[in-house]
Amino acid sequence: MTRLSASIHGWLLLLPALALLALFTHFPAVATLIDSFYSTPRGARGSVYVGLDNYLTMVEDPVFWTSLVNSIWFALGTIPISIALAILMALWVNDRIAGRTLVRMAYFTPTILPMIAVANIWLFFYTPQYGLLEQVLGTLGVPSHNWLGSPSTALTCVIVVAIWKEAGFFMIFYLAALQQIAPHLAEAAALEGASRWTFFRRVQFPLLMPTTLFVLVNAVIGAFRTVDHVIVMTRGGPDNATSLLLFHLYQVGFSFWDTGYAAAITAVLLAILATLAFGQYFFLERRVHYR
Amino acid sequence: MRRRTFIRGSAAVAGGLVAAPAIAQGKTEVPFFYPVAVGGPITKIIDGYAADFEKENPGITVKPIYAGTYQETIVKALTAHKSGAPPVTSVLLSTDMFTLIDEDAIVPFDDLAKGAGDAAWIKSFYPAFMFNSQTGGKTWGIPFQRSTIVLYWNKELFKEAGLDPEKPPANWDEQVAMATKLTKRDASGNATQWGMQVPSSGFPYWLFQAFTTQNGVELMNQAGDTTYYDKPEVVAALQYWVDLSRKHKVHPPGIVEWGTTPKDFFERKTAMMWTTTGNLTNVRKNAKFDFGVAMLPAGKRRGTPTGGGNFYVFKKSTPQQREAALKFIRWITSPERAAQWGIDTGYVATRPDAWQTPAMKTYVQGFPAAAVARDQLPYAVAELSTHENQRVTKALNDGLQAALTGAKTPEQAMKDSQAEAARILRPYKK
Repeated sequence: MTRLSASIHGWLLLLPALALLALFTHFPAVATLIDSFYSTPRGARGSVYVGLDNYLTMVEDPVFWTSLVNSIWFALGTIPISIALAILMALWVNDRIAGRTLVRMAYFTPTILPMIAVANIWLFFYTPQYGLLEQVLGTLGVPSHNWLGSPSTALTCVIVVAIWKEAGFFMIFYLAALQQIAPHLAEAAALEGASRWTFFRRVQFPLLMPTTLFVLVNAVIGAFRTVDHVIVMTRGGPDNATSLLLFHLYQVGFSFWDTGYAAAITAVLLAILATLAFGQYFFLERRVHYR
Repeated sequence: MRRRTFIRGSAAVAGGLVAAPAIAQGKTEVPFFYPVAVGGPITKIIDGYAADFEKENPGITVKPIYAGTYQETIVKALTAHKSGAPPVTSVLLSTDMFTLIDEDAIVPFDDLAKGAGDAAWIKSFYPAFMFNSQTGGKTWGIPFQRSTIVLYWNKELFKEAGLDPEKPPANWDEQVAMATKLTKRDASGNATQWGMQVPSSGFPYWLFQAFTTQNGVELMNQAGDTTYYDKPEVVAALQYWVDLSRKHKVHPPGIVEWGTTPKDFFERKTAMMWTTTGNLTNVRKNAKFDFGVAMLPAGKRRGTPTGGGNFYVFKKSTPQQREAALKFIRWITSPERAAQWGIDTGYVATRPDAWQTPAMKTYVQGFPAAAVARDQLPYAVAELSTHENQRVTKALNDGLQAALTGAKTPEQAMKDSQAEAARILRPYKK
């Protein structure tokens, strides 16, 4: 086979995936970027080139900034805790304990439930007075609190739901990775008299780094992409306290029908995600041991 | 014999299948977006309507498409409109009128109406429901599933509190006085039962509009290009709502969730609640106690906004399709069907003559609460609706939630909301 025909062959094999990616990912991304420099068409009025106007609107839009800050808190609140929980749960169900399959299943259950259903269930957990949370806290003598209805606690409540939902999913990756670690390492460590913590810190955790990187990238993207539970539980309220960037984007695009401005927000969101993903690969890659 | 009938039967069925496409070509197809998730009793009723209509009008096929919530339905309809193939007709929020006009998506019914019959039909609905259906001298929507806010009260809790169980509050002062008696606290001062609750999640503007109407003030003009959020009467109405929880402490603090409010009522956590007439069937089924339904208490006057969905006809359709859609909408809003629809769903039957039908008369006799919404209609006003509707109402929602959670004073909150709304509406001022 000549070099040319080999490379044609290669491209032909790539073509189906490439076509789909180009059609549904690359083309829309570029089109969105272009749209963000045009005004929103309204009925008879077509869209015209407005330069950076949509971006200036964004700078002046207080809800955009609130949403951005909320999104950052949401990411900071969900990612470290859900990853830590995932590792903890994976270590726990990796051991030979009674009812291991049952525990694994229980941890994984939140992941397979649809977010809309989950959010509706949690809505009733958080209900003041007779909600599950209130009943538990009530018996401990804690005064009643309107969890989703106060700006100070609403975002935390939303974060807790996200952690509960995500941790089990990440656990599966860690569990798979833990089972790849050769058992002789554990035996060697036991012979050396290493404590469990030392074994984890010096052996397991470094060997889990590729998984951690993968999970981290996914978690960051997920944190900026999750919006369903906000729609069900708070609709961004009270007073935008739980408005995440994507929720704001959805409102601007499909409630306000300001597609030009929505395109500008999308462009910013894409830029943030791309920066974070590249940054993670760039900085963490060097600390990751691939086997 | 039996076998021959069977064979003949299947031949007829097969023949029918072959013939069907041929007939369909001569038929006018009317795709119809309806805002409900697939399945459930409502889809069955709508499917039944479509089938009955086709039986009476063999030349027309009505194709109901169940498109999810109101919000999802308008997203689908407008996206389809932008790509050139919208439904011919759809039920959407009455407040979406300006949005649909601004997108140049719909045609007014006056342009479709032919002759005196159609003109009289447009005039046959309650005026209260037409406020949100008309602007600029034209009728853009036909009321179908409409609602108002009413007060539900728990008669048992009234009795326990030493109040007359048959007498709901008639005005704002009575409301506070009764709610005070109905609020119970445990030893440490935590409320175990609230006197009343008015939901404020999601779309607080709708419930707030009841307070402002009762305080004798409108939130916007009929042209939909001006809002009056910072008028002193509006601020006073908000102050009353805020005071219910902060000053009088008869109402839960913070944001009260719309979705769980009926449950709070069933659980006796609140003795009175304000919510839509659309909850009537729900309350009737789930309240394990004797309850009453009343008009909202009066401030300077009684008042409530209307709510719910209208029929719209989309512009990008053939004249035959528009004519067929008009025929269908006239058919489905006839007095008998409007009455039956109201009985089946709890929505307010949209025209006076529907309440004169035998079916409705029997229903109201057995369940007088159903007529409360109708009797309140003379006091009803148009639901807040402007150009850039969702954005302008969000400006108000944010302000309301800021005031209710104590982040801003009512004056400050309404001033900020008005400034934001004025900024959004500037391009629409002519």
